Amino acid sequence: MIEFRSVSKQFPDGTVAVDDFSFVLPSGKATVLVGSSGSGKTTLLRMINRMVEPTSGQVLIDGTDVAKLDRVKLRRSIGYVLQAAGLLPHRRVIDNVATVPVLNGVRKAEARERAYELLDKVGLDRALGERYPSQLSGGQQQRVGVARALAADPEILLMDEPFGAVDPIVRADLQLELNRLQRELGKTIVFVTHDIDEAFTVADQVVIFRKGGVVAQAGTPAEILANPADAFVASFVGADAGRRSLQLQHRPGDDRPLVVDRDGRPIGVLESTVEAAPGAGASAQGGTAT
Amino acid sequence: MTLVLDALAWLFSPERLTGANAIPARLLEHLFYTGVSVLLAAVIAIPIGYLIGHTGRGRELAVGISGAARALPSFGLLLVVVLIVGTTRAPLAAVVAFVLLAIPSVLAGAYSGIEAIDRRTIDAARAQGMTEWQILLRVEMPLGLPLLLGGLRNAALQVVATATLAAYIGLGGLGIYIFRGIPLRRYDEMLGGAILIVLLALIVDGVFALLQRISVPRGITAGARTRTRGSTPGPRAPMGSPIAYK
Ligand SMILES: Nc1ncnc2c1ncn2[C@@H]1O[C@H](COP(=O)(O)OP(=O)(O)OP(=O)(O)O)[C@@H](O)[C@H]1O
Ligand SMILES: [Mg+2]
Repeated sequence: MIEFRSVSKQFPDGTVAVDDFSFVLPSGKATVLVGSSGSGKTTLLRMINRMVEPTSGQVLIDGTDVAKLDRVKLRRSIGYVLQAAGLLPHRRVIDNVATVPVLNGVRKAEARERAYELLDKVGLDRALGERYPSQLSGGQQQRVGVARALAADPEILLMDEPFGAVDPIVRADLQLELNRLQRELGKTIVFVTHDIDEAFTVADQVVIFRKGGVVAQAGTPAEILANPADAFVASFVGADAGRRSLQLQHRPGDDRPLVVDRDGRPIGVLESTVEAAPGAGASAQGGTAT
Repeated sequence: MTLVLDALAWLFSPERLTGANAIPARLLEHLFYTGVSVLLAAVIAIPIGYLIGHTGRGRELAVGISGAARALPSFGLLLVVVLIVGTTRAPLAAVVAFVLLAIPSVLAGAYSGIEAIDRRTIDAARAQGMTEWQILLRVEMPLGLPLLLGGLRNAALQVVATATLAAYIGLGGLGIYIFRGIPLRRYDEMLGGAILIVLLALIVDGVFALLQRISVPRGITAGARTRTRGSTPGPRAPMGSPIAYK
């Protein structure tokens, strides 16, 4: 469990990035922070691993104030996927993935072996391990970033727009993979994005920020979609356009129902219902309208 | 043309290998002064440069010092240091002067090497849980090495050129042929000595160029790095310029 207790951050130049933020992120769940640029999402994320120190308030992990923990140890115990992949350009992909275990004193051969397994896990060909980051595509680099964050088997995974640099198709692919990993590994994930659809795909719980780091609404994807707190949230999630409230329409002669939006425009057909992954809010998107 | 031929004749005369002014002996002196001075400059300037590059503090100071120090006239500096240290300790004075001349380039190379690294790379290294030492040793030093070697290269060339003046205060080196030739109007010897110094500079430059090339970590493609910390362009240790600063 990660808890923010009236946390504020004012940077030396006077910018107030976060103002009196309090929130609890449950263990084993994916919490997505979403909101416009400059609303303090990255700043909040980086307070968890002490890359940013709050000017006031506390961040607690399982009840312990992170300010009391050793920075280096804390960071090694938390996986962090950066906004830009942030790989070490002079190290091979496989050694990038093995960074933290090696820092923790795991033998190199052993760390590499585990790193190769992680490449499998994030869907990268093992052969890419011998390359340097500059020889990979942006999407591949971001997968390496995810593998690196998983390498020390951390309980907490911080992901800052981890799929920002990839095209929509690969992106959807990575989101589903993340859901699968979450299901498999049960990590506490804190995920930052601009993209509300991505947020709903990944999240158990979504926090929507207004400009100035103010929380506009927090809740499960279904709660937010069903009851947007105000006009800002409604327009942010697209509910005001009727794009989000879907209905099933049975037309005579069809064996499967149509899924239509508020204006009755067909979106797709209903194939079947899927189990929601713990950590995946797939159900929030109104069944599987395809 | 005859002058050049005379100089070559002087250079290749067997007498050049014997006696008090044998070329190998003078060459060794020259190399000795250069090596010792650059080494001392490195010992002094690299840690300071790394400190500035790593912390990002004191950068303006370093730029100022480097800029001002590079404008120093070498000959004047040498004479001033000799006067301060005393003519009886001329070798010490010469080394002090050469070290002072070499420091700015090495300093610039050390800190600009770190400064040129993408901030996001270093941020990521820190966020993975590297200690500040590990960041310096495993990220900043390997990635900054090519520019550091560029700084050492400039420093070495500067000292090779300036060590010619050592002869003026009676310390030998390859400059001896020039300073001895002037009063005697022995142009073949002066030109021969000058050619030797130029050759030495070219060889030193070539060696460093090679080292610089080897030192570029694999996986780095030129120009791939972006978003460095500095916004005001500080003095980059320029690579590939074979001429030392005046
Ligand atoms: N080191 C810093 N010094 C001064 N101001 C900063 C610093 N880092 C961030 N800020 C400011 O704090 C505010 C919040 O920044 P933050 O990076 O947390 O936003 P964000 O929500 O992650 O934005 P984005 O979606 O664009 O990544 C912004 O106004 C930003 O300019
Ligand atoms: Mg951000």
